[in-house]
Amino acid sequence: MHADVDARPRRWLKGASLLFLSALALSGMSDRPAQAQTVTAVMHSGVRILDPIITTAHISRNHGYMVFDTLLAMDSKYRPQPQMAEYKVSEDGLTYTFTLRDGLLWHDGTPVTAEDCVVSLKRWAARDAGGQMLMDRTESLAAADARTITLKLKEPFAYTLDMIAKPSAVPAFMMPKRIASTAPTEAIPEQIGSGPFRFVAGEFQPGVKVVYEKFKEYKPRSEPVDWLAGGKVVNVDRVEWVTMPDAQTAINALMSGEIDYMEQPPVDLLPIMEGNEDITVDIFNELGYQTMGRMNFLHPPFNNPTIRRAALLAMNQEDVLQALVGNPEYYSACASMYGCGVPLASDSGAGPITKKGDPKEAQRLLKEAGYDGTPIVLMQPTDVTSVSPQPVVAAQLLRKAGFNVDLQPMDWQTLVGRRASQNPPSQGGWNMFFTNWVIPEVWTPLVNPMLNGRGPKGAWFGWPDDPKLEQLRNAFVQAKTPEAQKEAAVAIQTHAYETVNYIPLGQYTSPAAWRKSLTGIVKAPVPIFWNVKKSK
Amino acid sequence: MAETDTHAAPVAGPAQRRGRNLSLRRLAPVLAGGILLLIVAAALLAGALAPHDPLQMMPSQRLKPPSEAYPLGTDAFGRDLLSRILYGARISLMVGVGVTVITVAVGLPLGLLAGFFRTLDSVLMRIMDGMMAIPSLLLAVAIVSLSGASIWTVLMAITIPEVPRIVRLVRSIVLSAREEPYVEAAISLGSSLPRILRRHLMPNTLAPLIVQGTYVCASAILTEAILSFLGAGISTETPSWGNIMAEGRMYFQIRPSLIFWPGLLLSVCILSINLLGDSLRDILDPRLKQRGAER
Amino acid sequence: MPGYLLRRILAAIPVMVVVAVFVFLLLRLTPGDPAAVLAGDMATPEQLARIRASLGLDKPVIVQFVSWIGQLLRGDLGTSLISQTPVTTLIAQRIEPTISLALLTLLLSILIAVPLGVLAAWRHGGITDKAVMSFSVLGFSVPVFVIGYILIQIFAIDLKWFPVQGFRSISDGIGPFLQRATLPSLALASIYVALIARMTRASMLEVLGEDYVRTARAKGLRETAVLFRHALRNAAVPIMTVIGTGFALLISGVVVTESVFNVPGIGRLTVDAILARDYPVIQGLILLTSALYVLINLVIDLSYSLLDPRIRY
Repeated sequence: MHADVDARPRRWLKGASLLFLSALALSGMSDRPAQAQTVTAVMHSGVRILDPIITTAHISRNHGYMVFDTLLAMDSKYRPQPQMAEYKVSEDGLTYTFTLRDGLLWHDGTPVTAEDCVVSLKRWAARDAGGQMLMDRTESLAAADARTITLKLKEPFAYTLDMIAKPSAVPAFMMPKRIASTAPTEAIPEQIGSGPFRFVAGEFQPGVKVVYEKFKEYKPRSEPVDWLAGGKVVNVDRVEWVTMPDAQTAINALMSGEIDYMEQPPVDLLPIMEGNEDITVDIFNELGYQTMGRMNFLHPPFNNPTIRRAALLAMNQEDVLQALVGNPEYYSACASMYGCGVPLASDSGAGPITKKGDPKEAQRLLKEAGYDGTPIVLMQPTDVTSVSPQPVVAAQLLRKAGFNVDLQPMDWQTLVGRRASQNPPSQGGWNMFFTNWVIPEVWTPLVNPMLNGRGPKGAWFGWPDDPKLEQLRNAFVQAKTPEAQKEAAVAIQTHAYETVNYIPLGQYTSPAAWRKSLTGIVKAPVPIFWNVKKSK
Repeated sequence: MAETDTHAAPVAGPAQRRGRNLSLRRLAPVLAGGILLLIVAAALLAGALAPHDPLQMMPSQRLKPPSEAYPLGTDAFGRDLLSRILYGARISLMVGVGVTVITVAVGLPLGLLAGFFRTLDSVLMRIMDGMMAIPSLLLAVAIVSLSGASIWTVLMAITIPEVPRIVRLVRSIVLSAREEPYVEAAISLGSSLPRILRRHLMPNTLAPLIVQGTYVCASAILTEAILSFLGAGISTETPSWGNIMAEGRMYFQIRPSLIFWPGLLLSVCILSINLLGDSLRDILDPRLKQRGAER
Repeated sequence: MPGYLLRRILAAIPVMVVVAVFVFLLLRLTPGDPAAVLAGDMATPEQLARIRASLGLDKPVIVQFVSWIGQLLRGDLGTSLISQTPVTTLIAQRIEPTISLALLTLLLSILIAVPLGVLAAWRHGGITDKAVMSFSVLGFSVPVFVIGYILIQIFAIDLKWFPVQGFRSISDGIGPFLQRATLPSLALASIYVALIARMTRASMLEVLGEDYVRTARAKGLRETAVLFRHALRNAAVPIMTVIGTGFALLISGVVVTESVFNVPGIGRLTVDAILARDYPVIQGLILLTSALYVLINLVIDLSYSLLDPRIRY
């Protein structure tokens, strides 16, 4: 009996090990399936939320641009251009007429109608601050016929087209009526758009993998692609976004050809790819990002403007940027709250923030304000590399100026939850945190989330109650000419620096890397995969 | 469920040793003890030994290779790696000792009581079974990331999954000890319960607890490193070997030293504690070897 | 035997209840707000409140608990708050990599550890024994991720024998699967090998001193036959036990290994869900792994009687 029972596992083990070894030997050959027309990309994060309207997460927005289309789109001169629709504005500036172009289809095969778009615009406007602003001034929004949308305003609003065309934070994506009828607080149940790619629901693994197929019935515009405007010509069959949590792993995969594209290789790791002839490292998003710090206006000590001023003077952009980005090729100090390189940029009111700061003056102000040593709670995310160095550098600079700093590490999602708390810092609240924006999210006083003075109910985290700021913003809305708009924007920035609404900590770009077999990567504020060709 | 332990619990062999190996057997604990003493000394004297302030960031000196000013180079924030590793020893040792002390302080009384009272035993053991069924690392990550990372949450998060093991160990010893004639005699003579527990049962648990304590200590240091590695550890501003590696892993291919040095020290430290535990087991209680083999 | 089986299964129920209550309380008593995660960077306080209400997070904790238990009893683990995917679907998508990695690790570990343990016991006190024992202490002491990175550096980057990362299903062919799963399994196996090798050695040492082994040797059986047929079989129970309890260790290792090697399995799903406060997913996963742990140990308990005829229930 012994022999019987014992022989079995031994034979099995021997068999298994043989199988294992021979498979190992074979494994070199059978690896690459012949799917030349699939572009595999590692994006900056995994896609988990598919509704690009309900969240402002960039990855969900980028997903949105694959699947959904927009009525208008911005070109590289920041001008709204026709995308799904042509537009006409009446003489008095009160009536906007959008006419859908021919041949637009949803991914389920039904034609795109004006009514679909009206419902979509309404749902978008319920979620997006710019959309809300537009709706506040809207008399009526309705479908005149199957292809015509009419928007009537109560008063002229110079930014109407900009809002509908803007790429951030929430672009006005068009969806079929039945999907767009979903409550704005609930995620949409289906991914049916009219964009150049269709979402492959069966292969979606939240946080791991999203697959898009070319939407064969998509009719691109005839104009050449220019930023998000122009023809969205798809030259590949499939695009797969896969998630790799470790950047080095992704870089190795890129070098070995397992993936074709990596959206955000950390600048520090670029040397690994240096000298690799198969790889292009380039910046597709030329405007890049603004990194910034925000203080909590509700609680001591930052409810005191003088102490906020001291914090502003204690900071300097160079130290932050160097810790964050390292390579000066990819960052620059920038005093403009609207980002640099955009029409409204100026350095009005900024003071020494782009230089060395002024720690001495900061110390003096602290004393003058009677700072009592209350520790300030700085929230530090430890899991997202693009936001973890800022608080560490800031803590050091603030301490140098005489602040008592309590640096509290947490993961980013904890921070996201905690920053919504209006409690005092000792009861689960906070004093200061840091984040980054893509420039189109901050480039005008209308879209910049921080430049909102509506207090604890209506303002962005930190909740400044600043009626003067609201007045100035209103003046910007009323301004008619580009010169007047610029002037109003400068006035807002000067005021915002005076009250230390927030602390811009500089601008940086993040290069992408892709294999040379990919051509036609479009320069745009969003990573896009139309126009991209893949050679063998 | 079998009376077992998921711990990294090294098991010693029988007592028969040949003469020439005796010296090796003696050498290992001495070596391990020596290394541990060195690490403790480094932790205590970190202030004097470290060439730099471990928190001082020099953005212009990011990710530098070793040099005279920075003997092991710098990390991604331009902080001196050697200084951080020296200070990091403090955290690792603190977590190791802290978790061990708390675990024993909580587990010993619970185990004693569970071994003595049948009703309490069945309730407590169901709870312990439930807690042991949850993978300890998942539990620890959940506790830290949900309740915010401070040294205390990390200590708690590592301690909670360890407690049931100690409770079980103590309980099993009590269960067998209370069958001993002298304990039965004490019970029938009407000695008070605290007296029986203290005089007769606790001494029995001492040796196994010391041995098990060393493994808890080693495993706590390891767990702290893993928690940090997963981004659910102590403040990254406070250097610990775990979070030095966690920050360094992004740069593994360009600065392997950021993983290598703390990894080496961490491994050597845990190795020494484990070796010491093995030797303690041999010295303290030869009977343990039998029990050890069953675990 | 059937009576025992029934008793064992019944005994598992309170364990699972403890797990469920514990996990639920842990999640709801700690701060964190999935609504804030869902809404993104620009949410205003009012929008957050509305999203919270639509997720049912504004209801009293006890109501949430009762409705969750009700769901569970119907076999429904709920829906992810973030991706709106059913938890069972999420788990089904991710379970294959984890299971195949775990099984490969188990196979590798047993293939490596049992012979090593037997060898160490056989050459007890010798250099081989010392080497095996040192190796196993090393296995306990070096963190999995350090081993992972060392393996990547040597075998993937320097020697280029294996790809650096990723996962392929066995259905894509055993070759591509092994090519990607070997390094993570080896990294994972380090602790497991140490554990099993030690237990094998200790258990073998005890058995080798027994009379029947001496008898077998005296009968002139070949040494390998003595070791593997007679001794190992009788030493198997503690080895099986350690394999079972080691499962918890394996799960912990998987979480780390999956993130080092970018394997889209249960481990990464769990960490992601915890970071995003995706309560239903965390609850479902911890319940699942705990149930698996209980089940595996039950199976192992029952297998004792097969392995060792002396044990009867």
